[in-house]
Amino acid sequence: MEKTINISLKIWRQRGPKARGAFETYKLDGVSTDSSFLEMLDQLNEQLVAEGKEPVVFDHDCREGICGMCSLYINGHPHGPDEDITTCQLHMRKFKDGETITVEPWRSHGFPVIRDLMVDRSAFDKIIQAGGYVSVNTGGIPDANAIPIPKPVADMSMDAAACIGCGACVAACKNGSAMLFVAAKVSQLALLPQGKVEAARRAKAMVQKMDDLGFGNCTNTGACEAECPKNISITNIARLNREFLSAKIKD
Amino acid sequence: MSTDKNTKTIVAKVPEGALSEKWSNYKAHQKLVNPSNKRRLDVIVVGTGLAGASAAASLGELGFNVLNFCIQDSPRRAHSIAAQGGINAAKNYQNDGDSVYRLFYDTIKGGDYRAREANVYRLAEVSNSIIDQCVAQGVPFAREYGGLLDNRSFGGAQVSRTFYARGQTGQQLLLGAYSALSRQVHKGSVKLYTRREMLDLVVVDGKARGIIVRNLTTGKIERYSAHAVVIGTGGYGNAFFLSTNAMGSNGSAAWQIYKKGAYFANPCYAQIHPTCIPVHGESQSKLTLMSESLRNDGRIWVPKKKEDAQAIREGKLKPTEIAEEDRDYYLERRYPAFGNLVPRDVASRAAKERCDAGYGVGSGLAVYLDFKDAIERLGKDVVEARYGNLFQMYEKIVDENPYETPMMIYPAIHYTMGGVWVDYELQTSIPGLYCIGEANFSDHGANRLGASALMQGLADGYFVLPYTIQNYLADEIRTPRISTDIPEFVDAERKISERVERLMSVKGKRSVDSLHKQLGHVMWDFVGMGRNKQGLLKAIDDIKKVKKEFWSNVFIPGEGLDLNTELEKALRLADFIEIGELMARDALHREESCGGHFREEFQTPEGEALRHDDKFNYVACWKYLGEDKEPEMIKEELNYEFVQVQQRNYK
Repeated sequence: MEKTINISLKIWRQRGPKARGAFETYKLDGVSTDSSFLEMLDQLNEQLVAEGKEPVVFDHDCREGICGMCSLYINGHPHGPDEDITTCQLHMRKFKDGETITVEPWRSHGFPVIRDLMVDRSAFDKIIQAGGYVSVNTGGIPDANAIPIPKPVADMSMDAAACIGCGACVAACKNGSAMLFVAAKVSQLALLPQGKVEAARRAKAMVQKMDDLGFGNCTNTGACEAECPKNISITNIARLNREFLSAKIKD
Repeated sequence: MSTDKNTKTIVAKVPEGALSEKWSNYKAHQKLVNPSNKRRLDVIVVGTGLAGASAAASLGELGFNVLNFCIQDSPRRAHSIAAQGGINAAKNYQNDGDSVYRLFYDTIKGGDYRAREANVYRLAEVSNSIIDQCVAQGVPFAREYGGLLDNRSFGGAQVSRTFYARGQTGQQLLLGAYSALSRQVHKGSVKLYTRREMLDLVVVDGKARGIIVRNLTTGKIERYSAHAVVIGTGGYGNAFFLSTNAMGSNGSAAWQIYKKGAYFANPCYAQIHPTCIPVHGESQSKLTLMSESLRNDGRIWVPKKKEDAQAIREGKLKPTEIAEEDRDYYLERRYPAFGNLVPRDVASRAAKERCDAGYGVGSGLAVYLDFKDAIERLGKDVVEARYGNLFQMYEKIVDENPYETPMMIYPAIHYTMGGVWVDYELQTSIPGLYCIGEANFSDHGANRLGASALMQGLADGYFVLPYTIQNYLADEIRTPRISTDIPEFVDAERKISERVERLMSVKGKRSVDSLHKQLGHVMWDFVGMGRNKQGLLKAIDDIKKVKKEFWSNVFIPGEGLDLNTELEKALRLADFIEIGELMARDALHREESCGGHFREEFQTPEGEALRHDDKFNYVACWKYLGEDKEPEMIKEELNYEFVQVQQRNYK
């Protein structure tokens, strides 16, 4: 029952952060429509290696939509045309026989290209390091049920915590803003009593770091929410703004 | 650790005393390091999964100077992130009779009586602190309407002790550990080295003193030294090529330390998870797990009649058209007490048995996991709230709606219970070298119960290693920082550069992946769910052929001293080939069936695993003796002092 298609691929190739990149076109025949997008790229790379050429470099790891490593801009959309999924969960049945597919890296000031489709997202780690945590040490913690948390609040926190840190929000934003990423972490923790204690300090530190790293401003276009593979809502950005403003007023 | 040359057995340094007092006694009498000395001691932690990140963060909080390495672009990507179902703890919040002892007992029994009692008891003992810790970090566990934590049940247990965060428990726990780690990076007590892959261990005067890594962005070989080294690099399931592990998951760090003298324990114990999405074809790169939690409400079946199964395979019949009386709910039939919630090894073998007998659906290698009854009983909304993200994942991959038609599932390699041998302190047979999480062999015996991997990773990293490592480091306070210019480091780096050079210069015709798939087929066919002597002998022979083909005919484009993803894969595959051989060797020597290790020659009349406690109630520890030499097997005898060893029964 396996169905196959033949496709053309326009893929961005770039040796390094400073090198000039360009699109290269490849023909790939006999792609199973049951394959994932990354399995299709594996197939392309096998073809390139068989020709003695260097494979296309791209980040990927878990291939089940949770590690946040894959990061391709496919036909003008982060993680491709299908909704609510990462690139690794995109399947070739979403493409037509004979179609030309354009594949680019995340393009954003905050994420310099390392090679081809692989980019440097260490800026996200730096933002978390600036304050994306609850300051507790290991051990000496009261019982987990000591503080009841209303289920709707815990659920809302979980909605925000579902962020996988892939960076699609930044790639989708015309300003290259990391607000949705920052807002998701600030919201997750600010909603919970455990995180509420440091909420103001956290919001200020993370926003400051985001600005320092050269991410752009949020102008509420909503592109981040539309492209987010995990459906993180921009209401989190409103919550971040509230936390941030109230922290500033107290200063 | 002490080795007696005559009897060839090793001792695990288990503290004296009653089971429930061992860990308290250990902590009360162990050596500690005072705060001003901690700053002067360096600890390398390799890996940033649940075990590695929690260990690095906790050691940093204590004041040690920590160097933490991972192969991904960020510590948050480690494969612990993909764990779905949950984490066990003995809280007894449900008042259903749970206790530390019961969690210990279930884990020992689930492991088919092949784990060390004292370690497992300690695991159960610290399990409750893990939940407290994670809640304090802001992990949004599922809650009931009263605001307290919710639990679900998992295979191999008759109580509900599994804490969860939707179907993303591993993600939330890892992000908790990652946040604790990030806090220490901010404070400067932990230095992070991302996109770095460990390629060797440096041993100086018999003690682990550092590692050699390859910078994956530049290809440069780098040296790092420390007073102690901790390995938390996960399991080696990708030896099978197709598994539920991430693409980058590998066994190389464990294999490197094996070659430096650390014993490798029970390599043949690999877990085959019963509920994975079946293979779609040759281009398949990995397998996707469907959480075990689905077995809480899903019912597993195949058609009762062979002709129905055949008609389904040919596309002439739909599963929804099979009448209730023509369905064989084989787990409920064979195991009425546990039903669909039997442990993983039992469920996997039962699926294989039905498919081998000709009742498989899909390609023939699949069974149904059906939610029809659950939807009728609970309503679609409740099922969606419990499993929505898993159903969505299934639909995206298979293009079928599991609310309307049953899911198809088949077993796949998921986890390795075997791994680096460690003593009670989680120290390997090399002084100063520790191993934590899935990378070690310690707590799961021959089979791991669901929701216990997260528990073990975090127990090791938060609550065990930060104590036990001090017992060693207390004697190192007079050792100054170790220079990476000493001959041991120079020599280790040279050997790694030569290995890279050797691989690059083969310039053959085969891609790394094609060779890895070849290895995977051998592993799955002969070292998979059903093993026998003849097949294992063939496997060892075939793996040797793969090894020869690899070293004479692999082709790696590009340069060694550069970003080179094919070279990364080749370095890992070189080790997987050798790991595969040791797995087969271990499986061959263990002439019994236990847990995930099923030797077809050794089964009960009902087809259940048949152990030989008189001969094999030990941990098989393999010692490396050199290239192309057969490794030596040393035993750690398992003396069950507290539980009565019996045949597992889930009927």
